[in-house]
Parts: sequence; structure tokens; C-alpha cells
Amino acid sequence: MHADLSEHLFRREAARMVAVLTRIFGVQNLALAEDVVQDAFCRALEVWKFRGLPENPSAWLMAAAKNRALDVLRRERTARTFAPELGRLLSSEWTLAPVVSELFETNSIKDDELRVMFSCCHPRLPEEAQIALVLHLSCAFSVNEIAGAFVSSHAAIEKRISRAKHVLAGSKNLLDIANVEDFRARLPAVYRALYLLFNEGYHGASAESAVRADLCREAMRLCAQLLEHPWGTTPAGHALAALMCLHVARLPARIDETGNLITLFEQDRSQWNRGRILEGKRLLELSATGPELSEYHVEAAIAAVHCDAAGQQDTDWVQIVALYDQLMAIRPSPIVALNRAIAIAEAEGPKRGLEAIESIDDRERLAEYPFYFAALGQLGLRSGKTAEARGHFEVAAAKARNATERRFFEQRVAACQSQIDETAGVTRGRS
Amino acid sequence: MSDFLFIFRGGDRPQASPEEMQAVMQKWMNWMKELGEKGHLKDMGHPLEPGGKVVRGKQKSVTDGPFAESKDIVGGYTLIQAKDLSQAAELSKGCPALEYGGAVEVRPIMELNM
Repeated sequence: MHADLSEHLFRREAARMVAVLTRIFGVQNLALAEDVVQDAFCRALEVWKFRGLPENPSAWLMAAAKNRALDVLRRERTARTFAPELGRLLSSEWTLAPVVSELFETNSIKDDELRVMFSCCHPRLPEEAQIALVLHLSCAFSVNEIAGAFVSSHAAIEKRISRAKHVLAGSKNLLDIANVEDFRARLPAVYRALYLLFNEGYHGASAESAVRADLCREAMRLCAQLLEHPWGTTPAGHALAALMCLHVARLPARIDETGNLITLFEQDRSQWNRGRILEGKRLLELSATGPELSEYHVEAAIAAVHCDAAGQQDTDWVQIVALYDQLMAIRPSPIVALNRAIAIAEAEGPKRGLEAIESIDDRERLAEYPFYFAALGQLGLRSGKTAEARGHFEVAAAKARNATERRFFEQRVAACQSQIDETAGVTRGRS
Repeated sequence: MSDFLFIFRGGDRPQASPEEMQAVMQKWMNWMKELGEKGHLKDMGHPLEPGGKVVRGKQKSVTDGPFAESKDIVGGYTLIQAKDLSQAAELSKGCPALEYGGAVEVRPIMELNM
């Protein structure tokens, strides 16, 4: 008897089952598909508890879902309309079982999963709804799990997802990814959603932990799925995968054993995952075909420069500033501008860095971003204005989005304070 | 060593997410594995479907059922070997269903000798 389930097996299988069942039932019957998935899991739970894990748990679950789907189709085919493109094939007992069996073939499920992912990135949905829906349908996260990851209430996420499903149901069919124009038209939105999903994991505001490795891993998995498809294998897709790989390589050094955040400058770079870095660079090379230069190319290139440097001193800051200039041209944002200013401070000194911060357009949009104040504090420290720096770190601590961030800024405040005390002590000692 | 029947009642979590279900599943498998490794597992037993028929009385009347509340429905059974009833009860405390509102009934199998 086997005694261990591979990690996240149920999530993975749930996403696969939802994908194929939605194809069979039609997108308007998404809730029915979700019920069937739930049934299949309940049955697995009951049987496996007493009889142990089957030889092939995935195949067992898929067969359970298929049998339940056939029950539903037989029971409700007069009352409901299922997938219109399958039409009569589902209504005739003669074709029903063979057609459904064929749809449960592994290769066809791969395409169904992409269809779901693409459909979630519907242009009528705001980006935050798109990524919630991707997490829910393509990654099988529950409303509670998504609320946890986004620091949102259960009710808010539930509303967001049910609205999104409503839009999806209104679109009649899942996006037809067999059509190359539809595929390519939707692709940028899919990249964007995966990018945001990854960022949510990497820089996320989750109270539970600053780094939701789960979200990063899911974004990378979906990105890899996309790259397996011939039309999904684009330079931007490779660049996106490279960017994720090069960032995730640094995760082991980003949090210390007590759960404290460690800045890029202070990380123990020997803990960076060399395998991931090599993989990221390989992907970055693959992305360098054709004239297209996406924001993902530039962000991956920035990450690669960091990965090449042995430390802050060895970093090619001039090149990083140049890359941020490019990024500002492709996708300007106050946060990109802030990161550019930090790079300028490294390349040309804190005074030039502060000037760059002061010239950020829409600087008021950073008013709630704790790392904006942390950057001001850091530059203050480097200019010898310790008291001013402490003030900035205090603001950052007040605006921190989770306990990890708060501890990080509070340590900075304390460091400033002890410097001030020391100086005062030295002065007193002299007098 | 004597034999005991563990009868499991209730303890379902139908609204759990796949990840949570997997965690529950893993707990069950760990528990069964441990019982097996320590030589307590005589027969893993079987799960039971929730509904069925109840046949009653001289009339042998057949009705659908049993319609117990979900917390009382017998979900399955397992045959256990233990030193005595108190050890068997102690072993049952590892059952994951207890964490989700379930119950384990521990019943000694009657000795067949006189």
C-alpha cells in the first residue's frame, strides 16, 4: 500500500477535472462541474481511507469524475443545455460514453486547462478578478485560501469570484484556443495575469507571510503549461518564465530562520538557488529571438544582473539604471520609477537618488507604499541624516502590510535610534 | 490480543477545498499506516454508502434508510487488534474524523469460546 500523496495532488487534479468538465457541461454549467469534482473527491476520501491509496490516484480520480459526469448527463440532458459544440453527441446514448471518455484523455485535458486559463483572463474582468478566477479555477484554490493570499475578506473574494463567473457564463463558450487569432489576442492578458499572480506571491501583502511561495509556484506552473503549447512559446512567454525563475532563485535568502525579511543588499547570496539561476538564464536566452522587447524581458534582465553580482558593491548599477529607463518607456509606473531612483542612488550617490525620487510623476500614488518611505529612509541614512531617516522608517512601519514587513521597518527604526544615541553619547563624553 | 470493531460515525467535511481534503486524506493514511505497523490492524474494513434499505419485523417490511442525521451515519468500519478495551479506545483517539465532529464507536468482538 502506498502511504503518501504527492504534494498538492488534489489541487492539481481538481483543476484538470474542472477544465474537462466545463468543456463537457458548457461554461454556463460551471457550478455543476464544481459539484462533480467535489463528489469525486468525497468518494476518493471515503474509499481510500479504508482501502488505501490506489496504484494511480490521478487516474482513479479522473475515472470517478468521468462516471459522475456520465450520471449527470444521463439524468439532466433533457433539463439542461450542455456544451453546444458537442451537441447531439452527448444526447445519444450510443455516442455519449465514448465521446466523454475521449474528452478525459490526458492530451485533450491539457488544452482544456489552457482554455480555462485563457477564459479567466476575460477583457471584461478587472485584473484583480482575473487572477482570483485563475487561482480558483486553474489552481483549485478555495475562496478562503484566496482571501488568505490576498488579505481580503471571504465575502469580498466570494463576491469577486461569483461576479467573474457570471461574466464567464455570459460568454457562452470557453475561449476557443484552437483559433490562432483568438489565442494570440488573449495571450498578453494571460501573461499579465500570471505576472501579477507571481508578484502577489513574491511581494504579496499577505498577513500570513511576506512570501507566498504557493502563489509563485502556481504562476510558474501555469507559465510552463503555456510554454508547452506551440502558440504559447513566444519570446515574451520565455521572458516571463525567466523572470519568475530568477526571482524565485532568491527566495531561500529572502527570509531568515526567524521569518524576518532580508533586503537584496543583505542577503547571503550563497543561498541563492544556482539551478534556478541557470534555468532562468537559459529561458532568458530563449526569449531573445525576434524584435519583441516586453517588460518581462527587461525585468528578467534586471534580475539576471543581480544574480550575476557577488554583492551590492559588485552590481552593475549603471546597467540596471539603463534597464529601468527601458522599463519606464515600456510600462511606466511610480513603483518602477522608485526602483529606478534606488538604482540611481547606488550608481551615482544618494543625492542623485533623492532627486530622482522627487521627480517621480504621480508620486502621491506611492503614499501608501511602505517601501517608498523605506527608500527615503535608506537614502537619508546614507546622507548622514539619521533623525530624518528614522522618521521615514517609522512611517514605513505604520504602513506595513504584514507583521514581517513591520518587524523589518522597526529594526531600521531601532538601528537609526541606536546610531543617534551613540552620537549623542560621544558628544556628551567629549564635553 | 482481542479483536475490536471501530465503527466510524459522521465527520465529513463536504465544503473542504481540495488542499484541505488532501490533508485529511493524508492524516487517515498516516493513522492506518501506524496501526498497521504496530500490528493493530486486522482488517482495514470498508466504507459504507450513506443510504440503503432497512428491513423490519415479521412483516419483513422494506423501507429506504436509515435516515440518521449525518453526524450519526455509519461511514465505515475497521477491525482492530488490541490488548484490551482501554487500549483499543486509546488507539481510536488517533482517528482524524474526531477533529471534524466525527465519533468512533469501539466495540469488542465477542469471544466465541465459552
